[in-house]
Amino acid sequence: MTTAVVVFPGTNCERDVEYALSMVGLDAELVWHRDTDLAGADSVILPGGFAHGDYLRTGAIARFSPVMKEVERLATAGVPVLGICNGFQILCEAGILDGALVANQDLKFICKPVTVRVESTNSVLTAAATVGQVLRIPLNSYEGNYISDESLSLDGDTSVVLRYCDADGDLTPAANPNGSMASIAGIANSRGNVAGLMPHPERAIEDILGSSDGKVLFESFAASIPSVNA
Amino acid sequence: MTHSDTPAHIQLGMTDDEYADVVALLGRDPQAAELAMYSVMWSEHCSYKSSRIHLGRFRSNQPWVVVGPGENAGVVDLGDGWLAALRIESHNHPSFVEPHQGAATGVGGILRDIFTMGARPIGVWDAIRFGPLDDPRNRYLLEGVVSGIAGYGNAVGVPTLGGEVEFADRFSKNPLVNVMALGILKEDQLVLSAASGEGNIAILLGNATGKDGIGGASILASASFEEGDEEKRPSVQVGDPFEEKKLIEACLDLYNKGLVVAIQDLGAAGISCATSETAGNGGMGMDVNLDAVHLREPGMTPGEVLMSESQERMLAIVEPDNAENVLAVATKWEIDASVIGTVTRGPALKIYSQGNLVADVPAASLADDAPKYNRPSTRPSYLDEAWASEPVIPKIIDAADVLCELLDDPAIGDRSWISSQYDHMLFLNTVIEPGHDGSLMRIKGTEKGMAVSTDGDSLRTYLDPRRGATRIVFESALNVAVTGARPYALVDNLNFGNPENPEVMWQFTEAVEGMAWACEELDVPVVGGNVSFYNQTDGTDIYPTPVVGMLGFCDPMPQRPPRLDRAREGMSIWVIGQEPGHDFAASAYDRIINNNLGGRPHDVDGDTARRVIAATATLAYEVPVLHDISTGGLAVALAEIAFASDVGFQLDTLPHSDLFDETPLRVVAAATDDGLDTQVPHTRIGTFGGTVLDFATAGSISLDEAKAIWSNALVRRMH
Repeated sequence: MTTAVVVFPGTNCERDVEYALSMVGLDAELVWHRDTDLAGADSVILPGGFAHGDYLRTGAIARFSPVMKEVERLATAGVPVLGICNGFQILCEAGILDGALVANQDLKFICKPVTVRVESTNSVLTAAATVGQVLRIPLNSYEGNYISDESLSLDGDTSVVLRYCDADGDLTPAANPNGSMASIAGIANSRGNVAGLMPHPERAIEDILGSSDGKVLFESFAASIPSVNA
Repeated sequence: MTHSDTPAHIQLGMTDDEYADVVALLGRDPQAAELAMYSVMWSEHCSYKSSRIHLGRFRSNQPWVVVGPGENAGVVDLGDGWLAALRIESHNHPSFVEPHQGAATGVGGILRDIFTMGARPIGVWDAIRFGPLDDPRNRYLLEGVVSGIAGYGNAVGVPTLGGEVEFADRFSKNPLVNVMALGILKEDQLVLSAASGEGNIAILLGNATGKDGIGGASILASASFEEGDEEKRPSVQVGDPFEEKKLIEACLDLYNKGLVVAIQDLGAAGISCATSETAGNGGMGMDVNLDAVHLREPGMTPGEVLMSESQERMLAIVEPDNAENVLAVATKWEIDASVIGTVTRGPALKIYSQGNLVADVPAASLADDAPKYNRPSTRPSYLDEAWASEPVIPKIIDAADVLCELLDDPAIGDRSWISSQYDHMLFLNTVIEPGHDGSLMRIKGTEKGMAVSTDGDSLRTYLDPRRGATRIVFESALNVAVTGARPYALVDNLNFGNPENPEVMWQFTEAVEGMAWACEELDVPVVGGNVSFYNQTDGTDIYPTPVVGMLGFCDPMPQRPPRLDRAREGMSIWVIGQEPGHDFAASAYDRIINNNLGGRPHDVDGDTARRVIAATATLAYEVPVLHDISTGGLAVALAEIAFASDVGFQLDTLPHSDLFDETPLRVVAAATDDGLDTQVPHTRIGTFGGTVLDFATAGSISLDEAKAIWSNALVRRMH
């Protein structure tokens, strides 16, 4: 059993995610966006990058890639599905997660480590973390500014799982790097099996890269896969 | 710009003598398409006609060099089957005409040079120059160039891991955009550009050919600028990083499957260059059918198809039996491909269009028979006056005041406004990120590490081209040494003014001599380079700006390499290397405090350079902080450590001028012990701790106050 890591033309973080998965004992299989059968996979990750060049709008073309029907089917069936950065944008664009990611407040690409606070452990992304835990994880996006027209709460259809915070865990305007609504960095569906986040946890997988705080998120993901638990 | 009564060859940037050479070579007048090909291939940009006789001065005969200058990129051996490919190139004029696309396509072009060799590109560095930022036009250029590098590099999926920037008046109308790229590959994946095998097929891969970039090499890159030359915008190509990303993956897939005999990217001079180089390099010929080229628009003349510089294209030479498989790989990665030619015994390159033979030239003549000029050279008249204008440095200095002025300089202050727009983490190799002296990458699955530093020093090179060029080689070597790497290979980008000006030629030859000498002293091979002449606008030549890209190599890589943010309360401060020698020519102090550019930079001894660089690389395995002392001297170097580590310092009493002296080959270290285990001179000068930058009798300033100035230097000018 393996994690399907979906590769669209323009995706570029697939091997980094594969590497991070290996650090928590998961095998990855890179799946091309034209594939329509993910029957062998027990979990799915949509990694970061620029699917279809981000042309038109991030995720706008990717949502029509043939593989997405199967991703949607698995998400509905309760299989763990995670979107990182561009993968999060695609899940939102496909309507699998709520909301949208728009251009950063200051209209600049942002690549830097940020700190995020765990808001809920009811998701495949955060199950092994603790509420209030502060994680240092790199952000790398131009369209990372989360918006939604519904108010997100822990008991609604969508739960907030990560928010941008300062090093002490406080939510301040200065600690919100891209203008995201309510400092939202990551969300999950109500069932918790589908999650998306803008920061790149695979870039914080080892101390030599500056942080290993992303590891707990991959451990959460691994722990959420039924066959691994069994 | 062009007039119908001007002869065609003049319109194409060719001289009467060069035209006569073409006629003599062919034994007849060239056809239109042939003239187009020669005009581009014999342009300064493609042929290096003013520089070639001087570039032989560079040596690349070290045993670890796998591919030296002449191919698309230099390649060196890292052991255990690993190779690294590196190259640097300029995109100066296009970036002035259209900064975003000019810089973006500069990134695209240099990446193709890397993956043409069979390597996966894993890093990009940018060395850029602009005029002062109080001019909104210069802010527009900086903003556009950075967004172009970010927009292309981030989307194509190659991290930009570092670079450097300077601001000076002579770059106002001629900014510089130099981009270096690095790739890695296993030795069995190396691919070269020489076509072989009569009957092999030439397949054009990637983007459709359009009318963009026609004459880019001859018109934009090989002539000086005048007011109003923004009208040359149609000669700037438009980049498509998405197409390039697919092309990278498709090409690497082709190499893995062993499907190509040779491959060449299409850069300057497009199809003319790629077909003639692959055929000429292999001692073969080629028949090319232009009707098979996939075009973006109808109605292109054969000359336009040949000269188009549309981006994201590659020409692969494949055996006929593999052609179907190559096309299948192209289909899988969703790129276009056309079979456009056949390798012949040669030597003729024959180009057909709609049944007509539109060009029939000796393939190798486009490259090999290009003119070579030994242009006259004269010592510049400005030098005596400049040398006489010695920097005046007082004995008593208020270090806090001076430091604050220096930290507010946009080339000294925090440059993360630039680097945070670049993805510098992709591939999980980045161990030392931008903001340090050199960037350090691991090679996963090995103990090996690679460090890179790009360096240039326009003002010091202006005051003494030979010494300036020598010093940037040594500085780049020291910048990789602070990560633990030893200098291993170098690429250079020589940005100069109009070579028809003898004073510019003198700057050029002196700089080449200084750089070549320094590389020999360090036993560093020069594995590739680029020359950019005609950086002149309205009759003003730029400051001579050789830029080097130094690759350092370490095996094993330090477990915990030094970082600027690892100084801690109580650590002692050491200075290692040369004694301060009152070297203030082209220093930040003289430029910013005195508003002067004068004096003569000191000479550097090769033996000292070797010893300090080697000792620094060794210390990198032992101490938590090592930082090159360069622009702004010791005071700025210490302040940068203090800002990154969030800790102040208390210095012992030093001669005040030592704080801002820019004597080269000096490193500052933080260490936990009371001693340093090194054979080179070292002195303990103080202690880290507290929240104040304390320069003893030279004064003090609070860490937070100084850091605020440093943090805002570039940001406040760009907002």
